[in-house]
Amino acid sequence: MIRFDRVSKRYPPGVDALSDLSFEVAEREMVVVGGHSGAGKSTLLKLIAAVETATRGTVLVGGQNVSGLARSALPYLRRRIGMVFQDQKLLLDRNAFENVMLPLSIAGFPPREAAQRVRAALDKVGLASREKALPVMLSGGEQQRLAIARAVVNRPSMLLADEPTAHLDNETAADVARIFHEFHDVGVTVLIATYAGDLFPGARRLQLDHGKLVP
Amino acid sequence: MRVWLAHHLEAVRLALRRLSAAPLNTLLSLLAIGVALALPAGGQMLLGNALHLADTTSAVPQISVFMAANADRRMATEIESRLGKYGGVKQVQFVSREDTLTRMKANPGLRDVIEALPGNPFPDAFVVTATDDRPETMEQLAAEFRQWPKVEHVQLDSAWVRRLDALLKLGRTAVMLLGALLGAGLIAIIFSIIRMQALTHRAEIEVSQLLGATDGFVRRPFLYYGCLLGLGGGVVAWLLVSAAALWLRAPLSELVRLYDLTLVLEGLDARDSGLLLGFAAGLGWLGAMISLRQHLRQG
Repeated sequence: MIRFDRVSKRYPPGVDALSDLSFEVAEREMVVVGGHSGAGKSTLLKLIAAVETATRGTVLVGGQNVSGLARSALPYLRRRIGMVFQDQKLLLDRNAFENVMLPLSIAGFPPREAAQRVRAALDKVGLASREKALPVMLSGGEQQRLAIARAVVNRPSMLLADEPTAHLDNETAADVARIFHEFHDVGVTVLIATYAGDLFPGARRLQLDHGKLVP
Repeated sequence: MRVWLAHHLEAVRLALRRLSAAPLNTLLSLLAIGVALALPAGGQMLLGNALHLADTTSAVPQISVFMAANADRRMATEIESRLGKYGGVKQVQFVSREDTLTRMKANPGLRDVIEALPGNPFPDAFVVTATDDRPETMEQLAAEFRQWPKVEHVQLDSAWVRRLDALLKLGRTAVMLLGALLGAGLIAIIFSIIRMQALTHRAEIEVSQLLGATDGFVRRPFLYYGCLLGLGGGVVAWLLVSAAALWLRAPLSELVRLYDLTLVLEGLDARDSGLLLGFAAGLGWLGAMISLRQHLRQG
């Protein structure tokens, strides 16, 4: 599903975020990418979604070389990937329903079917009763679950999450982790960058240290 | 098709929501665009009225043939039948000296002067229109009539028609130039407004792109925003021009009456109104398009 082949990423003026990284993630696998802050976890996820491009090496997603994609092909790659961002990136002037609706509008879903899917996704993360709420009216845990609902509403085959349990209390973090497990259970490939790897028992671990894979 | 329509309606709804979110900004933008458009639109309105005036007055060049003062009515009748039979003459209108006297006396300024004169100073006259009103042909006809007995003076009044024509052509060019100039200005205004909008909604653009939005999807609400702003500005311009027409109508009629003409100043006609609104919306769209293209390339 995902394959890194000797991938390096260097940010100007010469900071190596990732160097010579090679690994594979199989379909329906759940992988946790661990490592200290600044180890390159976020960069790794960004390379998969082509938010960043590799300086060297190839990143294959579903057999497709992501670094070689034309700008016009990027949207179609990203629609196949559900992403939960570290800072969530919720739209603050739109309510929960509208936030989750966005990926479906983008993908051009018929409005009625889209609305059903949005409600199903909100229900799945336990926010069915909060669809009219603006993000600021939601708690940290609720915001995180809203971000997850938005990531999965399109039913992507792959889910990427960057520190999804950061800033959450233990109970809420466990709750969020459980949602990821549920998606994994129904066949979604899940890749989570987190320093709280023990929340995801059973997941394969990739450990990064200063941009290198720890064997 | 219905899905496509629904998504466009959604983009329009979003654009309207953004327009109404900052009513003062929107109002001032509309005013700026409206005033910019009102200038060429107003020019077009005046030009249309001038053309109408020229059409209804004497766009057809005429030859005035004046009899000698000592020619009697019998001679005038003779000339009239001769004119009527002459090749190239389309129509002959006889203006008797008595009619002219009555008409001139109606003017209070002239009455005293005329009454001080011993007799009727005016000659019998004819107004001749030709089948072919090109200046050369008219010139030839006039030269021929001058040779006729008891014809004192022949006047070709195509000169002022040509002058009017040239003036109207100049007016049209000026309106087009003004339109092009202010149209470019309008694109610049919309460009800046959309740029500000794109910066305000930067987060939304970024998130949409991360979620797989194409450039077209990101652009759509902004294009409608620019389009609606242009259209709204067009409506403001139309209102300004119509108000000006209404306001100027009475004083202008009075002025024109002094020249023995009648004019009821009309606002923009349906065709020009449609053109104004269409152009305004189109230029708004174009300004937004250019602005967004630049923004998305940088981003």
